[in-house]
Amino acid sequence: MAKFRKKGGKKTPGISTASLPDIIFMLLFFFMVTTTMREATVLVRISAPEATQVQKLEKKSLVSFIYIGPPLNTKLGTDSRIQLNDMFADVKDIREFVQLERESKDEADRPFLTTSLKVDKETRMGIVTDVKQELRQVGAFKINYSTKKKAIVQK
Amino acid sequence: MARPINEINAGSMADIAFLLLIFFLVTTTMDIDTGITRKLPPPPPEEMPDIKVKERNIFKVLVNSRDRLMVEGKGGHISLLKEQAKAFLSNPNLLDPNSPEDMPEKRLVNIPLFGGDVWVTKGIISLKNDRGTSYDMYIQVQNELAAAVSELRDELSMDKFGMKFSKLSDNEKIKAIQKAIPMAISEAEPEDIGGR
Repeated sequence: MAKFRKKGGKKTPGISTASLPDIIFMLLFFFMVTTTMREATVLVRISAPEATQVQKLEKKSLVSFIYIGPPLNTKLGTDSRIQLNDMFADVKDIREFVQLERESKDEADRPFLTTSLKVDKETRMGIVTDVKQELRQVGAFKINYSTKKKAIVQK
Repeated sequence: MARPINEINAGSMADIAFLLLIFFLVTTTMDIDTGITRKLPPPPPEEMPDIKVKERNIFKVLVNSRDRLMVEGKGGHISLLKEQAKAFLSNPNLLDPNSPEDMPEKRLVNIPLFGGDVWVTKGIISLKNDRGTSYDMYIQVQNELAAAVSELRDELSMDKFGMKFSKLSDNEKIKAIQKAIPMAISEAEPEDIGGR
């Protein structure tokens, strides 16, 4: 016993930092869970047009995205293509896409589903009109033209 | 006799976790999606009777494939569009049932907050674009038209409630303003489908 007492002295023991990593990990997991990483890898180039009258897109979980723009892979041409989820699609695939999106959501949320059109500004309206007509046919009436917010210039 | 095993120093564990945390904070894009929200009309029934709207009640905006504007039959410019649309939709006196010859007619709407029946403009903005119009131009036009409506709403809201329309929190008041100045932007049915 005497042996130990000699070594210990009268120093106060330091505060244990062993639980600090756990606290930080908790923070880490919180961030990992709350930030939505659901964004599909975009295969088309999109530079959104700017507008002043923009609204925030609410309830991100109820939004499905349709990307339209020229493919990033230039071998596929420069014409604008439609991208749904992770692959290129045709106008007639939109029907199925919307149906699947609708199916995956809760019954009560279905009327609030919004379709966000992320369209490159160089795109011609023809393809956008086709997509809009198709969305009308399937009853996805709420749409959102994705735009960047432009600062309002005071006159 | 085995030597006592030293405890692994866990002090740096926190630093490692911090590194991970900062990595996630930096890489996750917290960008807020913004955009112009619109509601599409339901598809027209098979046999739709042509709805007759008087010429004076329509504000025609056409955009051609060269992104040129035609407003009310004359060449127009994007920078003037907002003022023109505002002038068309403006309704300075809600209680006056008559409007000048060149302005759209009015119809009676019951808005209790404004003291019962008021006269609201019948004006409709009709937007038509070509298949070759660029998306950028389309959004610019939509934006200018939306700006015209929102400015008119702001003005009325300032007049009646003393604050901007976007700052209103009372649902009743929002509804009243929306009724008094409807967002009447109609997009024409695209004329040709197919034949790209």
